Amino acid sequence: MSEERGYLDMDLLRFTTAGSVDDGKSTLIGRLLYDSKNIFEDQMEAMELSSKSRGDEHVNLALLTDGLRAEREQGITIDVAYRYFATPKRKFIIADTPGHIQYTRNMVTGASTANLAIVLIDARKGVIEQTCRHAFIASLLRIQHVVICVNKMDLVDWSEEVYERIIGDFKKFASRLDNVVEVTFIPISALKGDNVVDKSKNMDWYQGPTLMYHLEHVYVGPDANHIDARFPVQWVIRPMSNEWHDFRGYAGRVAGGVFKPGDDVVVLPSGFTTKIKAIHTIDGEIPEAFNPLSCTITLEDEIDISRGDMIAKPNNQPKIDQDIEAMVCWFSDKKKLKGREKYIIRHTTKEAKVIVKDIRYKVNINTLHKIDDDLELSLNDIGRICLRTSSPLFYDSYSRNRQTGSFVLIDEFTNETVAAGMIL
Amino acid sequence: MENHHSYQVNHLKQLESEAIYILRETAAQFEKPALLFSGGKDSIVMAWLARKAFYPAKLPFPLVHVDTGHNFPETITYRDQFVADIKANLIVGSVQESIDQGRAVEEKGAKASRNALQTVTLLDTIEKNAYDACLGGGRRDEEKARAKERFFSHRDEFGQWDPKNQRPELWNIFNGRKLQGEHFRVFPLSNWTEMDVWQYIKAEKIPLPNLYFADERPVFTRDGVTLAQTDFITLLPEEEASKRMEMVRFRTIGDATCTGAVRSNASTIDDIIEEVAAARQTERGGRSDDKRSETAMEDRKKQGYF
Repeated sequence: MSEERGYLDMDLLRFTTAGSVDDGKSTLIGRLLYDSKNIFEDQMEAMELSSKSRGDEHVNLALLTDGLRAEREQGITIDVAYRYFATPKRKFIIADTPGHIQYTRNMVTGASTANLAIVLIDARKGVIEQTCRHAFIASLLRIQHVVICVNKMDLVDWSEEVYERIIGDFKKFASRLDNVVEVTFIPISALKGDNVVDKSKNMDWYQGPTLMYHLEHVYVGPDANHIDARFPVQWVIRPMSNEWHDFRGYAGRVAGGVFKPGDDVVVLPSGFTTKIKAIHTIDGEIPEAFNPLSCTITLEDEIDISRGDMIAKPNNQPKIDQDIEAMVCWFSDKKKLKGREKYIIRHTTKEAKVIVKDIRYKVNINTLHKIDDDLELSLNDIGRICLRTSSPLFYDSYSRNRQTGSFVLIDEFTNETVAAGMIL
Repeated sequence: MENHHSYQVNHLKQLESEAIYILRETAAQFEKPALLFSGGKDSIVMAWLARKAFYPAKLPFPLVHVDTGHNFPETITYRDQFVADIKANLIVGSVQESIDQGRAVEEKGAKASRNALQTVTLLDTIEKNAYDACLGGGRRDEEKARAKERFFSHRDEFGQWDPKNQRPELWNIFNGRKLQGEHFRVFPLSNWTEMDVWQYIKAEKIPLPNLYFADERPVFTRDGVTLAQTDFITLLPEEEASKRMEMVRFRTIGDATCTGAVRSNASTIDDIIEEVAAARQTERGGRSDDKRSETAMEDRKKQGYF
């Protein structure tokens, strides 16, 4: 009985892994799962068989995450993969993001839902451009915890000097970043297992935690905003049945703050004010709703409300504007962003047309310098832009609320998602 | 200042809220969605969540069952009762019909399975009814190709999945826009693990088909996998000798010809949870359809499998 309680009370840590090609990310994840006994016999058997037929010397732990045919053939990871595992302390979701061609796109995707980022550095190469890029993205996406794993320590004779030099180099760069609350450094060998789950016997000079210990114990504060009440209307529920004749409920997921029956609310964009009558779920009415709960709200007055509208509080409203300043990551390899183009924007449950009015600057993500003489954004570029939307958005800054401050841009002809944006 | 700690919810509640959000997003973004219902526990949980998502209204989409004709009889009894209970519409796509119409060709040999043929019937059913989004109970923890699947997974006009060219999914923003003839598969349970599903079934007291619970059943062994003896399977001479009664249960429920049974005494949900916690094999370890090659699941998904 007590174990069950444990399972239901367990909290969740979502983390992402970043590193460049051959830094050993897949091996690290394989090692985390293997040493924490989260690999099943049939998965191990399949890996052993596969490693043998490829002529690998050791069981190739990377084969666990590289599931696609092309990945196994080329020995690379192609797409963001999600992994799930649990220890008696915590549940984990890993977004494993590959480090080649679409590196920024993949890392931004993985980081958008993560509380913690692991950045891998090859001890032989030290801090390289990609390291800086990964740290910058973690900071831009407002990930609160970063773990720098200096990997392949076995290949530098477990040298403390090498490790200390890398830490020093990284700190120099990181002093120019904001947002990241905590950076932790750990020397590891993913291949041999040192300091991943089990403490290294080869590096007595390191007194800190193993990676797994850190993942299990790092404090992750509530990610959600419980102050600014925001309810983007997702779907209108009208049962049209005898039993629920006049029922008109607004279904959605609370994006911020707390809603209670009797609360004064304002509906945007109409600006009408009313009170919350009840908050419904199939299991009965509930006394309050907050992020991340999905629920259905009924109101005292009949107001015309549809998908894309937002319910907020009269004394705490989001910004309402058609002109938006934002940082964007460009995802398309087919099209560049040059300014003046039209796209579709998806922001909370709302969709609108948008024109890119101006590209303010591009960021050199290796040096953090602003570039203002080359204003085209290509695949993996990050820059600041100014948008005008066809109808007002109800938003907060991304730093205040990840959900009401984020958006994607969609190409209206191909329907591809071409950019991710964070409102300033 | 408000006390933030009182606003924590456990991870099952988080997963439930996320799945409901995805289900509503599917209803809102597509013109004609459908929920693929196999009678397996994942699709049962998904349909259960759909009922929550739209309550007190009925489901705004039908349940679609792709019937291989090789079902465990319990699956059909359960399906009909469940559909009646939640007052949903049921659409059945029949593999037998696809075969009779010459749209699918039955595999030959003793080890023939209709599992692959489901894809033909599924794509036919989608086309005939003009469904533009099909909700599936797939989870990323099930299999390595599924680990790379999106919540909103785009399919081209041939129903194919292109794993190397997927749309990035960020935060909780889902892009379901598509061109004429294309459709989506949507997976509201993407982030659930097998253990989460069982814990949720327990917490919500969701009734399940008997097949999930251990019982004395007639079985035999094929390629190291324990299969139920049914009318649809012709036993090879060497398999005849392995015929026996055994206490078994099924960890997944698919086509009866390829769904492996595990030896088990787990006859209650609590027993099953204990068993899942101690398991050393993945739940698809018993699926002979996944053992056909290292990337069998990816290959089937590219063709349009769930």
